[in-house]
Amino acid sequence: MAEHSVAAAHDHDHKPHGWRRWVYATNHKDIGTMYLVFACLMFFIGGAMAMVIRAELFKPGMQLVDPQLFNSMTTMHALIMIFGAVMPAWTGLANWMIPMQVGAPEMALPRLINFSFWILPFAFTLLLATLFVPGGAPAGGWTMYPPLVLQNGASFPMLIFAVHMMGASSILGAINVVVTILNMRAPGMTLLRMPLFVWTWLITAYLLIAVMPVLAGAVTMLLTDHFFGTTFFTAAGGGDPVMFQHIFWFFGHPEVYILILPAFGIVSEIIPTFSRKPLFGYEAMVYATASIAFLSFIVWAHHMFVVGMPLAAQLFFMLSTMLIAIPTGVKVFNWTATMWKGSLSFEPPMLFALAFLFLFTIGGFSGLMLAIVPADYQYQDTYFVVAHFHYVLVPGAIFGIMAGVYYWLPKWVGNMYHMGLAKWHFWLSAIFVNVLFFPQHFLGLAGMPRRIPDYAVQFTDWNMVSSIGGFGFGLSQLLFPILIYMCVKSGKPVKVNKAWEGAHGLEWELPSPAPYHSWQTPPSDAIIAKGAFH
Amino acid sequence: MTVLDRANRNLTLKLLGIALGSFGFGFALVPLYNVICGVTGVGDQSALLRRVKAIENPDPNRTITIEFLGNVASAGGWEFGPVARTVEIHPGKLYSAEFFAHNLTGRDMTAQAVPNIAPSKVAAYFHKTECFCFSPQHFKVNEQRNMPVRFIVDPAIPKYIDRITLAYTFYDASSQVSKR
Ligand SMILES: [Cu+2]
Repeated sequence: MAEHSVAAAHDHDHKPHGWRRWVYATNHKDIGTMYLVFACLMFFIGGAMAMVIRAELFKPGMQLVDPQLFNSMTTMHALIMIFGAVMPAWTGLANWMIPMQVGAPEMALPRLINFSFWILPFAFTLLLATLFVPGGAPAGGWTMYPPLVLQNGASFPMLIFAVHMMGASSILGAINVVVTILNMRAPGMTLLRMPLFVWTWLITAYLLIAVMPVLAGAVTMLLTDHFFGTTFFTAAGGGDPVMFQHIFWFFGHPEVYILILPAFGIVSEIIPTFSRKPLFGYEAMVYATASIAFLSFIVWAHHMFVVGMPLAAQLFFMLSTMLIAIPTGVKVFNWTATMWKGSLSFEPPMLFALAFLFLFTIGGFSGLMLAIVPADYQYQDTYFVVAHFHYVLVPGAIFGIMAGVYYWLPKWVGNMYHMGLAKWHFWLSAIFVNVLFFPQHFLGLAGMPRRIPDYAVQFTDWNMVSSIGGFGFGLSQLLFPILIYMCVKSGKPVKVNKAWEGAHGLEWELPSPAPYHSWQTPPSDAIIAKGAFH
Repeated sequence: MTVLDRANRNLTLKLLGIALGSFGFGFALVPLYNVICGVTGVGDQSALLRRVKAIENPDPNRTITIEFLGNVASAGGWEFGPVARTVEIHPGKLYSAEFFAHNLTGRDMTAQAVPNIAPSKVAAYFHKTECFCFSPQHFKVNEQRNMPVRFIVDPAIPKYIDRITLAYTFYDASSQVSKR
């Protein structure tokens, strides 16, 4: 019955045409698409910068770029990938999927989210424009530590305003998500019936609202220190540059969970689908996510063990960091248990989800090593750290996004993508990402420092391997937009609602492609109950 | 305005309020940080910048080596450093040392020296009766002079301490001073 009325609504949705559809977009799917396209563009810009880094590090000595530009590349690569690629991709997926998954016709605040999207092109134009100003782009690292960040010339205020805009955009995006989830759910969609992608995004949104303003405050203090004579971080005036690090990482550690929690949600949707079993321990997953989010507020100083702090503080931050392994372990265990005795099949979304499971866990283990204070004294600022956070961000967050896109793409466009090519994309990505990042563990343990354009000759071999992996990974990502384009233009139509036979959840009760407005008549209690794990 | 619209608006305003609160919390971390540093004694600037009255009560049986270091915050422009690199002292006795500075910036300058002490625990036992770091130092173009620091180490200092490093960083404080 519900299906019938939705199909009827599909016939006369009033889609605006031409540029107005996008500039004035308030439809949750159009907004989601814009976010995802923007994120993809930024992914390739940030990726191109990574290619510059790997090319320079292919062999020892200085060949392609001067040290200033090299450090600009590392700084900009991080800012663009974090704030331009991963976070907008999650917001895009949230806008596309949350109304469909909770039985709502639209997001709660469509005009606000239009504004929050359109801030982004301006923010990143401003950030990228720093490449062309006197003094060059920011080169003091994405962490913006003073006093180094203050010595960068004309790019400094541009960097700060760009960060302000990105922050405002993501806060508004998060508010939209919370209001939608709390107020727009269909009757019968209780909190504990919500899909885990919705749950993880709800928790992510609270993290965003809590910590993005702290970052905004920290960079505002940098700005006033530089231009208005305040001395928050200036030792000469009684301030302390180490305090910036504390404030920054108070934001920074929750930020890494902002980047990864939605991936936990997506993987928790995909693994049951392709195991043809309900998710093992649904409720435990919800509580584990919430505990990770809570713990993320009390571990920040593990980024700063070497700057000096009392022994008691070092112990506290070490132990609280290690505590996070418990809820994370619960999740990894539950995903594995979901597959146990399931009838597995290995379509592209499942392949990416499985690679996520293996490789994110490796990144988690190196994170535990970094949490150990005396060991961290050795690892600090080496390639071991670089390897660690790339393992949790590339095969973690990025693979999570790709898994999500491959999972829902047939629902979005109504066509199936080229399965063989998508598997090529997966295998190339999965192999090259390890060739790229695994050797960096060795380099770091051997003492190669990060953010330096040159290195001692004994590091040459593994750097060459890593660079080859980098070029391979970068090139294979070009398959991704090609695949999506082919799917939209000439994919085989998916005639059924469930593109994947084992899929659970409300989005699979809608026709494919999904109608312009999702649930104009709320789904019935029976349909909701059928899709829920709990 | 429907019931749902009103509920959405109220929740949006509440969440914006939380965001605003966290923005304020970022700034509240500044005084909080100083309080925590004070309680734990880390980088206790106030102890290092406090002028004290010395009561001499020398302990001739203990000798501690004091090392002096001078750094300049931004390269060039200043010559700055201790006149004598180390001195052996007895706790409880008043000593004085001198730092040398030479303004090569080509302008009249005001500089502020910021002290730092290692190991950081001894800050509470290292007292200065007089220090050039207590106030901004004015230098004419090319002026050079020696600046005194007088200090006394509390005999209650833990037994295992036999070496203390007193480091000063010399900052250009012209902009800060003009604002005060
Ligand atoms: Cu962290």
